[in-house]
Amino acid sequence: MERQPRKLFHFHGGVRLDEHKAESNASPIRPMPLLARYVVPLRQHIGTPARALVCVGDTVLRGQVIGAAEGYVSTAVHAPTSGRVTAIEPRAVPHPSGLYDLAVVIEADGEDRAVDPRPLDWPHMDPSALRNRIREMGLAGLGGAVFPSYIKLNPGAPREGAGAIHTLILNGAECEPWITCDDRLMRERAGEVLQGARIMAHMLGVRRILVGVETNKPEALAALRQAADEVTEIVAVPARYPGGGGKQLTYTLTGVEVPAGGLSTDVGIQVFNVGTAYGLYRAVVQGEPLVSRIVTVTGHVARPGNYEARIGTCIHDLLAAAGGCLEGANGEIVGGPMMGFELMDRDAPVTKAVNCVIVKSPVLFPPKPEALPCFRCGACAQACPVQLQPFEMYWYSRTRDFGKAQAYKLFDCIECGCCSYVCPSHIPLVDFFRFAKSEIWERERENQAADQARARHEFRTFRLEREKQEKAEKFAKAAAAAKAKAAAGDPADPEAAKKKAILDAALARAAKAKEEMAAAGIAPKNVDNLPPRVEKEIAEIETRRARVPHPGQEDPHD
Amino acid sequence: MNGSPFTLLANNSVSAVMLKVMAALIPGIIAHAWFFGPGIWVSLLLCSALGIGLETLALLMRARPLGPALKDGSVLVTAWLLALSLPTLAPWWLYALGMLFAVVVAKHLYGGFGQNPFNPAMVAYAALIVSFPVYMTQWPAPVGVAPHGVGLGEALDLVFAGQGGISPDAYTAATALDTWKTQIRMGKPVADILALPAFGWGGGRAQELVALMYLFGGLLLLANRVITWHIPVAFLSGLALTASLLHAMNPAQHAGPVLHLLSGGAMLGAFFIATDPVSAASTPRGKLIFAGLAGLITVLIRNFGGYPDGVAFAILLMNVAAPFIDAYTQPRVFGHKPGREDRT
Amino acid sequence: MLNAILVMAGIGLALGGILGWAAIRFRVQEDPLVDKIDAILPQTQCGQCGYAGCRPYAEAIAKGEADINLCPPGGEDGIKRLAELLGVDPKPLGEGLESKPKSVAVIDEDACIGCTLCIQACPVDAIVGAAKQMHTILPDQCTGCELCVAPCPVDCIHMEVVKEDLNTWKWRYPIFHMKKVP
Repeated sequence: MERQPRKLFHFHGGVRLDEHKAESNASPIRPMPLLARYVVPLRQHIGTPARALVCVGDTVLRGQVIGAAEGYVSTAVHAPTSGRVTAIEPRAVPHPSGLYDLAVVIEADGEDRAVDPRPLDWPHMDPSALRNRIREMGLAGLGGAVFPSYIKLNPGAPREGAGAIHTLILNGAECEPWITCDDRLMRERAGEVLQGARIMAHMLGVRRILVGVETNKPEALAALRQAADEVTEIVAVPARYPGGGGKQLTYTLTGVEVPAGGLSTDVGIQVFNVGTAYGLYRAVVQGEPLVSRIVTVTGHVARPGNYEARIGTCIHDLLAAAGGCLEGANGEIVGGPMMGFELMDRDAPVTKAVNCVIVKSPVLFPPKPEALPCFRCGACAQACPVQLQPFEMYWYSRTRDFGKAQAYKLFDCIECGCCSYVCPSHIPLVDFFRFAKSEIWERERENQAADQARARHEFRTFRLEREKQEKAEKFAKAAAAAKAKAAAGDPADPEAAKKKAILDAALARAAKAKEEMAAAGIAPKNVDNLPPRVEKEIAEIETRRARVPHPGQEDPHD
Repeated sequence: MNGSPFTLLANNSVSAVMLKVMAALIPGIIAHAWFFGPGIWVSLLLCSALGIGLETLALLMRARPLGPALKDGSVLVTAWLLALSLPTLAPWWLYALGMLFAVVVAKHLYGGFGQNPFNPAMVAYAALIVSFPVYMTQWPAPVGVAPHGVGLGEALDLVFAGQGGISPDAYTAATALDTWKTQIRMGKPVADILALPAFGWGGGRAQELVALMYLFGGLLLLANRVITWHIPVAFLSGLALTASLLHAMNPAQHAGPVLHLLSGGAMLGAFFIATDPVSAASTPRGKLIFAGLAGLITVLIRNFGGYPDGVAFAILLMNVAAPFIDAYTQPRVFGHKPGREDRT
Repeated sequence: MLNAILVMAGIGLALGGILGWAAIRFRVQEDPLVDKIDAILPQTQCGQCGYAGCRPYAEAIAKGEADINLCPPGGEDGIKRLAELLGVDPKPLGEGLESKPKSVAVIDEDACIGCTLCIQACPVDAIVGAAKQMHTILPDQCTGCELCVAPCPVDCIHMEVVKEDLNTWKWRYPIFHMKKVP
């Protein structure tokens, strides 16, 4: 398209990295063969995990909903193939913790039967119904944040002070080294990607679509330009990490800063990853829910490249499809080398968030040198794309002075890793920020729990007080009534007299029995020969009892 | 657990930074040796050896691992800066005391590398000039000006065996700033003063060329992104502006900006000492304020104070203020509104 | 001499007046100390401190009757924050008290006889049930105070340590090799 080149804006900091794209972007996307087993976690998106809809033993079809969206921030999860549910249990998931999470295990029957696709007549559908269908199709941001897409496709109710959404940005920057799944997708399926973008634009009611792609992907740029229409502008942006961060790309393309703590919609812009646009195309035009995604497998493997893997494909299967790890491999990174995390368990499956698996080797990823003290050289501050002062935040995070760390805007940190990358002292700065953030979140959770406990305790105290008062009032009323009766010359209540007589007789019987036993020299035997644990318990109970006053009652053990 | 990023910038380490700083000092050092004789090699080597020894000792006493701290090379930078700030051919114990102050007092008593609130070399310089003002002003005269040139062997003799052989008068001379100060006090006219052998075409004779070589080294640091432009530019501007202003007000009393820029420790201070990141302000605006005021104070001390040069005291004074300056000059974070927000 | 005394006295009075006025004019309305202490306490209401709940303990601290190191659920962090608030030195947890990992009570529902004793013991009403009906504990509301464990006549309540899940998992303190003190 012949247009004036768009004026681009330069965000602060950032770093230039070795791209390592050529390893995996040379060959076309390869489909994965059908596997015998898939593990589909119910938590694959930000928000509430999906609620399992199937039971062990159920048979499912490809594209069948096996987990329903639960609550507002949630989306559905689908069976990747036809087969039988063999377990719903905690399984390894791709997460830095290595913790297990609830997943549906499906044993494939090899037939790969699908539910009937239901393409949607999107240009004529009611917007709300369309969004609900997208929610049921399991769409979530495939760039890595996995935020349920249907929420972001709602043009209504912008926040106070924000205008209507006017621009849709499609993020094809793919700024992390090694990852090429978006590159290959844009090269091979540019038309579908832009078709998805048009559906997004339709839903959001915007008339302008900007597609940001880093200049290091000339083939993708060409393919997109070929497929672009009047409202779509394909923009080559400089390859500078983290230029593909949502807020950074928005700034580069428009010069608008998304307010801190806000969303891009606050400034009338919505951002989606190109993979999400493609997923939306598949869901809406072809009627297929999100059951697969493109994953880059690269690094120290035999056949690096991009694989179209079903959601639930175990990573060891994925690595096997890529020819297996080479000699000397020492672990895998999920995601890119700058923001990804170390894979704890190769049984973990590909989820909607997994865009890349890099097999490490000591040559590709040399061990980090030992950290030295910070000498405030400021390299981190110069590299920070958010213009933070990481060395100050580090100082306070390290000493657990979290209030101060927050005062230096810890929560504006996007954890891009630029600071750690440039630090001459090799301090794991981002690790400290992640640590500080999760500590603050936990403190927040604890405070909320404490507030709740305080409120409940106060209410209980109030309730007990009220009950006591009510009882006292009732008693006073009864006493007053009795008095009134007595005053009226009523004789003693015959019912009460009878009860008292029975009670007295019982007490007398008990006393007599005890006396008799004492006379016969029989002591109760139930406290003889006790194990020390029980004796200790008794002693404890006795001390407790000693504290409780029992007027007019003798201890039977005396 | 170690998280991302999994790659780090190649060939980037503290020792690499320190090596670049030392490399950038070399043009100045060579010029110094060329114009003032080979004595500078003696003091450089002596200070370096003392520095490594004292660093090792301090680390042992603090029960800290030796390897990383010795490898980082920061103690060598301190040693070189001190060697270049102290008069060449001073007795060995002056260097020893200076390094003791720099490494043990100014650095390790405050917690070691990265923790010192003051620039260690400047602390040592200040301590020495207060304690031994006479030794501290006996700078060798430039080769050709001094009646007696000092060779390497003689330099070793002077430093280690005391000054028995020759009188200091034979090889030292008052520096330009010193001369200016004493002559002005004696009421000499400026034109006569500037004609004295202590002065060259702009600053102190030969000193001016050494200063230019420091400037060249500083530009290398800038080009290598070891330092940012803020501190040198602000320091030299603050110095030149203050000097010009005072000079304009009273030319018979105050020297012009060129003399101030090209004599004493101005260039060394601007590029190598004020830029010490540990003790300087660290925000961009903070650096400007920090260094601008340091330049201003330098001229005030030179023109009104009792000491011939003010770079050390000015930088130390501003070191005190650095944390405060930083706190008030935090840059605007992306997505935040301009202006200072309430810091909770 | 007299003049000097008068001048000094005058200055003193004037400055005193300004200070007094400023104290009233710029007075900061602050939460009473008890509220601030109570806000730090974890609200477990377990009574391990020897007081009937968190609030009474907070009151005792405010009055200076109780030490700051009697709250095991608050842990080291809680003591540190109390020390900071009160301007005293932090100290280790009091004798005989130990900090345990966060737990919740769990009722073995097969064994429960529905006696309601635990319901009466629960300080935060986190147990649901009625007489002769099986009881159950709301894990989200349970503070882990253990007060329900002892009253149970059939020993059907035990404490379970809360396991980390993906929602509560935290990044660990980064390993930092610098301070390898022998």
